[in-house]
Amino acid sequence: MPAVTATTTTRKSGAAGKAPRRGNRKTRRAGWWLPYALLAPAVLFELVIHVIPMATGIWISFLKLTKMYIANWGNAPFSGLKNYQLALDFNSAVGSGLLKSFLITAAFTVLVVAISWGLGMAAAVALQKSFFGRGFFRTLFLIPYALPMYAGVIAWKFMLQKDNGALNHFLFDNLGLPGDKPFWLIGDNAFVSVVIVAIWRLWPFAFLMLMAGLQSIPNDVYEASAVDGAKPLRQWSAITLPMLRPVNMVLLLVMFLWTFNDFNTPFVLFGGSQPPAGDLISFHIYNASFLTWNFGSGAAMSVLLLLFLLLVSGIYLLFMNRRKDRA
Amino acid sequence: MKIRTFAAAAAIAALAITATGCSGGTSGGSSASGGGKTLTYWASNQGTSLDNDKQVLTPELQKFQDQTGIKVNLEVIGWNDLQTRIQTAVTSGQAPDVLNIGNTWAASLQSTGAFMPFDSAAFSAIGGKDKFVKTAMDTGGVPGQDPTSVPLYGLAYGLYYNKAMFKDAGLTPPTTWEEMVADAKKLTKGSVHGMTLAAGSYTENSHFAFINAAQNGAEFFDSSGKPTFTSDGVVDGIARYLDLMQTDKVVDPGNAQYDNGTQAINDFANGKAAMVLSQNNANSSIASQGMKADQFGVVAFPAPQGGKDIATMVAGINMSIFKNTKNKDAALQFVKFMTSEATQATLDKSFAALPVLAGVTPSFTTDTALAKTFEDIYANKSKPLPLVAAEDQFESTVGKAMNQMFAKVASGGTVSKADIKAALTTAQQAVEAAG
Repeated sequence: MPAVTATTTTRKSGAAGKAPRRGNRKTRRAGWWLPYALLAPAVLFELVIHVIPMATGIWISFLKLTKMYIANWGNAPFSGLKNYQLALDFNSAVGSGLLKSFLITAAFTVLVVAISWGLGMAAAVALQKSFFGRGFFRTLFLIPYALPMYAGVIAWKFMLQKDNGALNHFLFDNLGLPGDKPFWLIGDNAFVSVVIVAIWRLWPFAFLMLMAGLQSIPNDVYEASAVDGAKPLRQWSAITLPMLRPVNMVLLLVMFLWTFNDFNTPFVLFGGSQPPAGDLISFHIYNASFLTWNFGSGAAMSVLLLLFLLLVSGIYLLFMNRRKDRA
Repeated sequence: MKIRTFAAAAAIAALAITATGCSGGTSGGSSASGGGKTLTYWASNQGTSLDNDKQVLTPELQKFQDQTGIKVNLEVIGWNDLQTRIQTAVTSGQAPDVLNIGNTWAASLQSTGAFMPFDSAAFSAIGGKDKFVKTAMDTGGVPGQDPTSVPLYGLAYGLYYNKAMFKDAGLTPPTTWEEMVADAKKLTKGSVHGMTLAAGSYTENSHFAFINAAQNGAEFFDSSGKPTFTSDGVVDGIARYLDLMQTDKVVDPGNAQYDNGTQAINDFANGKAAMVLSQNNANSSIASQGMKADQFGVVAFPAPQGGKDIATMVAGINMSIFKNTKNKDAALQFVKFMTSEATQATLDKSFAALPVLAGVTPSFTTDTALAKTFEDIYANKSKPLPLVAAEDQFESTVGKAMNQMFAKVASGGTVSKADIKAALTTAQQAVEAAG
């Protein structure tokens, strides 16, 4: 069957590109494999980069893959659902650690996505109208996005040091706040720190996407509404927001997935000794796998995380599409 | 049509190249080609920088090549990466022929089965088991089995003190824990503290959890290798160590952010603290901060009155050979060379290491008193970390739990013995789950 489809394609393009009178039945047959050959690299790389590692990860989650077997992991004994039981037993240290980390990550994600979106929207609207210096601000706002991740987060790590950090220096030495300088990277403040750094990294992306979305809204809509007496806030809620709907739909989903999975920010910010308050789930799974060489349970935790993210994304898309149909 | 066929052919050619590229990687990372053999060697970072290590080792490797015709490709790896690199090497089989390991990991790494056991033939190829100091050799692997590593550099913890500060306060170096705390309290004034600790470093924290527990006669693992993290002796030992910051207040809370030993050593060398607990390779870091050798002294880290006189775990670096090496003989020759008296004398001096060879005079310092102090600590007041498969898990779980407890104390909270017990229970469960 696929051969037929392929032939049709060849005929169409052949007809467009060649003189019609020339019979190319022979060449059609000879070239039936061409589309597959051209697709093959993409399929191969998709397999190598995505499908095979994912399947391997799922397979590992059913193995007792500890350091005893790591040198020859094909021989690791099958452990059934044991790794999943361990991860989901919230009375044990491993399970309760995972649950705590999950709840911290959920709070982290809600805060980071909501605030990044708000900042991005405010900045995009503010820079919508042309004014002197607009280009400068656009560039300035995009800097965190353009900076290499590691460099940006390391700079934060320096700024957030207790004794020599720029933040405490500014708050206590320059502004003269009373009291002792607090820790930002250990203890409970670590959560505040990781949220701030993640927002700093993420909001320029929201800004960029929303700015691009705003360009697509024709100006006459605003002019017409202004004639009808609509104030800026009303314009925003009645025109901007609905017309940005397709952009926001994708933007919020992508930001949610990135933030929930964020590994780099806590890894670079906290280094080897993560504070419990900043124990985000990807980082937690990494530690659970590598600190105790228990790759089976680490893989099980990763699969659980994947299932959760699939579930949330699925519900979100379903809900959004239904609303679109109704509209 | 020709162009399309050409494009397809190109695509297939590209595929073919990729495919061969995938299988092109050689395992073992070395090959015996022609006459001159080549070994790959991963060295751990011992000197003041990776470059410094390279400079020290390169002339030695050249000597080895001149003697044997075997070329050694050297890679120096920082401490933060070393364990992960070894794990990756074990998992993938893309390993060097010879490598350095932290001696405390020896039993853990042995249990992976990826390292060559030193049987009697291997030992006679490198000059015999008896050439090593027994204390050092005991860290080679699981007791009762052929070890998978041999000692290379010896290290021990000591209590460094600032001579001038002690003299000004009319104090003599402490010999008991109680004296140490009393001295430290007297020396804590304003921004200067009696002691400084790497309280955010999980490796150092796990070492001191072990040493303090050992002073109480407590063990982290029972004879069958099961973790016993929550015994009273362990809890009390950890509480005593945390109290240096929590109740005695002789340690700056800011130390909770010190995630490596160098930061504490710098505070000591700059006069911000009167005492620091460090391994004997601190000398170069102290000197680099401008403190002269005659300005500090070292005594054994004291035990509490009535406690066991243990001042350090047997620290140091061992050498291992990967089992899948294609150059076993060359690798053994190289280990023999690195653990020979001549090479040891040079390297101990550059890296400030204690000798691991029996009957050798220390060359890491010209200060004979200092050398004697460390030799005594290493030989008589040391205890090896548990030689069990889960040792590295003990280091990471207990060490990180201590980081968090120090963080809690530093940010104004209190850590009770019940809290310590709870944290150790969590650590123990994590180790058990991976077992």
